[in-house]
Amino acid sequence: MLTKLHTNRRLQLVLGLLAGIAFGFLLQKGGVTNYDVILGQLLLTDFTMLKVMLSAVVTGMIGVHALRSLGLARLHPKSGSVGRTVVGGLIFGVGFAVLGYCPGTISGAIGQGSLDALIGGTVGILVGSWLFATFSPKLQKPVLSKGDFGPLTLPELLKVNAWVVVVPAAVILTTFLFALERFGW
Amino acid sequence: MEWLRMQQWSPYAVGIGIGILSWLTFVLSDKPIGCSTAFARFSGMIERLFRGEKTLEKPYFKQYAPALTWDVMLVVGIVIGAFASALLSGQFRLTWVPSLWAATFGSAYFPRVLVAVIGGVLMGAGARWADGCTSGHGISGTLQLAVSSWIAVAGFLAGGIVTAFIIFRIFGA
Repeated sequence: MLTKLHTNRRLQLVLGLLAGIAFGFLLQKGGVTNYDVILGQLLLTDFTMLKVMLSAVVTGMIGVHALRSLGLARLHPKSGSVGRTVVGGLIFGVGFAVLGYCPGTISGAIGQGSLDALIGGTVGILVGSWLFATFSPKLQKPVLSKGDFGPLTLPELLKVNAWVVVVPAAVILTTFLFALERFGW
Repeated sequence: MEWLRMQQWSPYAVGIGIGILSWLTFVLSDKPIGCSTAFARFSGMIERLFRGEKTLEKPYFKQYAPALTWDVMLVVGIVIGAFASALLSGQFRLTWVPSLWAATFGSAYFPRVLVAVIGGVLMGAGARWADGCTSGHGISGTLQLAVSSWIAVAGFLAGGIVTAFIIFRIFGA
């Protein structure tokens, strides 16, 4: 692993900026910085968002696991619990449909001139993040810590080598994408 | 370089590009792509303007310092990258109301902005609650085969689809 590069703070800030520029460029070219495309996905009339996400997941999954097998990368799976992941995921989903952007695509929407994203959505996200940051200690015991399962991955859960999950997952997700095209979505 | 000026690329080309970008961030920065932590840091920076150093005593901001970090730069970069892409394709335009919203609820800007604020509050809180968003869980977490991320994505889609149908098929019908 490139540990020396990882600990160079200033260079990392530049790399973060460059990765963001590439990510923003791709999101805008994919059309997912548009409210209409996101809502089209949630109303199940336009599958652009799912096509972008799933092809990113398949590509990323194979590559990142290969890099890990080569000793060039390590995984950073997030911890989860029923109280965090299920409850938080549902709240996020509701907000996602009401706002019509997510934290990544809203940044792209601002870049293409969407003022509802800049004046409305961004203010909302900042307030919402701040509320959680402020009140999360109170939520810890009654909600967030309920049903904790830690930073578990599917291969760990199934007690198998990662590739035993990566290969079938890539096949299933790719087949799903072909099926979407086949049925005209 | 005509492809840089195109209005839209194939979603598969974009997805594969994002996947390759994730290889690079893992190798070069030891980090998965994620966007919602930066917003929590920004909110801490704003609080700090008013409350000063007391902000830093909050446990959450001890864990996620309100400072210029890799993920903050990533979000700044997204704005720049999307701006460049929109400028090259001639799509940069200041708009208040998205067309799907306008066709259903009218083109007045105040209702749309108000609803965007409400949605943003829920989404911002939900993203921090679940510890990730559509990029951190939806792409980076699922590609690492994290159990938390696959569950979170199911929640995002379930909550999102039900709410979108309520908004457009019930209120907007």
